[in-house]
Amino acid sequence: MGSLFDELKFRDPERARALSEALRREVEAAGRTISLMHVCGSHEQAIARFGLRAAFPRGLDVIMGPGCPVCVTDTPEVDEAVALAAQGARLCTYGDMLRLPGTVKSLADVQSDGADVEVVYSVTQAVEIARARPGEQVVFFASGFETTAVATAAVLLAGVPENFSVLSSHKYVPAAMDVVSEMKETNIEGFIAAGHAATITGWGIFEPFAARTRTPVVVAGFEPLDVLAAVLELVRLVRARRPEVMNCYPRCVSREGNGPALEKLWKVFDVVAGNWRGIARVPRGNLELRPEWDHVNARRRFRIDTTAVGGASRNLLAEHCICGSIMSGLARPSDCPIFGKECRPDSPVGACMVSSEGSCKIWHVYGGPPDLKEVA
Amino acid sequence: MSGGKVGMKHGAGGRAMRALIEEVFLGLASPVDGIGLAALDDGAAIRVGDRWLVITTDSHVVHPIFFPGGDIGRLAVSGTVNDLAMMGATEPLALTCAVILEEGFSRDDLVRIRDSMLEASREAGAPIVTGDTKVMGHGEVDGIVLNTAGVALCDRVVTDAGLRVGDRILVTGSVGDHGMAVMVKRHALGIQGDLRSDVAPLNGLIRAALAAGGEDVVAMKDPTRGGVASVLHEMAGKAGVGVLLDETAVPVNPEVRAASEVLGIDPLVVANEGKAVIGVRPGAADRVLAALRGHPLGRRAAIVGTAIADRPGQVILDTGFGRRLLAEPDGEPLPRIC
Repeated sequence: MGSLFDELKFRDPERARALSEALRREVEAAGRTISLMHVCGSHEQAIARFGLRAAFPRGLDVIMGPGCPVCVTDTPEVDEAVALAAQGARLCTYGDMLRLPGTVKSLADVQSDGADVEVVYSVTQAVEIARARPGEQVVFFASGFETTAVATAAVLLAGVPENFSVLSSHKYVPAAMDVVSEMKETNIEGFIAAGHAATITGWGIFEPFAARTRTPVVVAGFEPLDVLAAVLELVRLVRARRPEVMNCYPRCVSREGNGPALEKLWKVFDVVAGNWRGIARVPRGNLELRPEWDHVNARRRFRIDTTAVGGASRNLLAEHCICGSIMSGLARPSDCPIFGKECRPDSPVGACMVSSEGSCKIWHVYGGPPDLKEVA
Repeated sequence: MSGGKVGMKHGAGGRAMRALIEEVFLGLASPVDGIGLAALDDGAAIRVGDRWLVITTDSHVVHPIFFPGGDIGRLAVSGTVNDLAMMGATEPLALTCAVILEEGFSRDDLVRIRDSMLEASREAGAPIVTGDTKVMGHGEVDGIVLNTAGVALCDRVVTDAGLRVGDRILVTGSVGDHGMAVMVKRHALGIQGDLRSDVAPLNGLIRAALAAGGEDVVAMKDPTRGGVASVLHEMAGKAGVGVLLDETAVPVNPEVRAASEVLGIDPLVVANEGKAVIGVRPGAADRVLAALRGHPLGRRAAIVGTAIADRPGQVILDTGFGRRLLAEPDGEPLPRIC
């Protein structure tokens, strides 16, 4: 029994102060502003929740990139799910996807209209629903990076009932960094890669990126000391002009990753091109079921008529939303004119306010612009 | 109010509920000699001679009705006794008990609830003196709704608006116990460990604090729905000060912390039913802390924050790593999906 953090090894404020101090010295010695990007909602959560931006020195920017797979799920993908639900399928999905805006409607909207939409905690639960309702078509609207795509793959490989299919909106992790490095407007000098995705992919997956773009990558965990240590190492790599991949999460991540999981993943999925909401067409952005899985692929199995849910009505508020710029790291949530005003978690306008991994939602939950260096 | 309909968030103790009350029920407020509805405090205080009559009412619904550490009966009595105590009225004269039952409700359960009300009212020294019973048809009400009102006399009223810059803020023990115990049971989350509600009448504990601190005890509130975060926002807003909260000083039971990590829910926004947040002038803080710790319900009391001039109405959280604003809870906290 003790106060809030003293039992958690990676939450030692003493060591955090030492790391912050080392970081301050590194950035000061660099003599310029260094911009780093992480591509994971869980990193933004850790930074916001523990108030780490106030512990970062002046001259260091740590920006969130397109690291929320729900947020980059594009409107037409939502329309497909909404249309399937409207056509009578029972649509199962993760809670974050429920309020993601489609062209006209979200799954929550079509649920209020009377369609069968169910929030599940895992793909396994969706399969159980299909088993319990053999007379219905059950579609799992799958989202997430490789971490959850592996779960989808494992379930398909284990065998699913005939009335179960998958509408894949899975995204491919390396694409998030590719997208940003190809933007001319950004000046990101180093990337922090998501530790939990790397437990599956291995840190080796980032080596071609680092070599091609001459940009260092550090794989980081999610406790305050994990983040601070990774940022410190990344600043050192930037200063030394060493475009390497460093693993700062060795207690979970190996170079090769999880072999059996990857084997399952690539038996079921292919990397394909796809549009990422508000960002761009991403050549290797999405994970789609391989052709041999057409019989469980909702896109192949059903005629999905999105014209019925893709009306021409304009959402005036959404025109003010700058989610695309925020996800590309070109703007901060607090730069958005409707952040925290018209756009709030209970009435989200943009995708970044919908998902618990979205930067706007995270900033809102943890009290707004997370920088209180000046407060007495 | 979105869409002109009442939503669950309007009863969750946060921003939305406050807006609903301000937009609708404040219309009932009329001038009184004392503290009336307009103050939106835990209860009202009406001047009677040279003393104060404190009065409060509370309706209780909880799922499940029986939970680790208590039940709806103990909750109803404690809730009303605590609302009186938070106004400085620690000697309740009497309580009422009104119950609305759903057709088909188990008589055995009802007797269990009655026994538990009796036990809590004896602990508090608060006799239940009158009541009312209604039964509604199946599906017209969910099981049982329990309403209790309470009255007490006191010499000095403590509001929730009395903070000044420099005042210290205390919590009387570990936070998040009640809400986390109920949430884990309600969602059948299967988390192991001794998660128990802290539901208890606090008038004895508050009596000890007031005896030690006297007029230097300047603000009190029990952090029920919306938790400590909601109470601090309310205290800061009403007093026009900021609050700097030291997260590392906030007592949290290890079981609650573990559950909060798994569910992604901050113990600071989770409901308590046996804790108080107390604002004290700086010179009296140690004295009040010692008095609280000398009482069985306050052994783990701690000084957790300070009222500051910066950022009036807001709560700044020092996490031990850095500082950020603590958001005002908005709606019922739900376990995160992934």
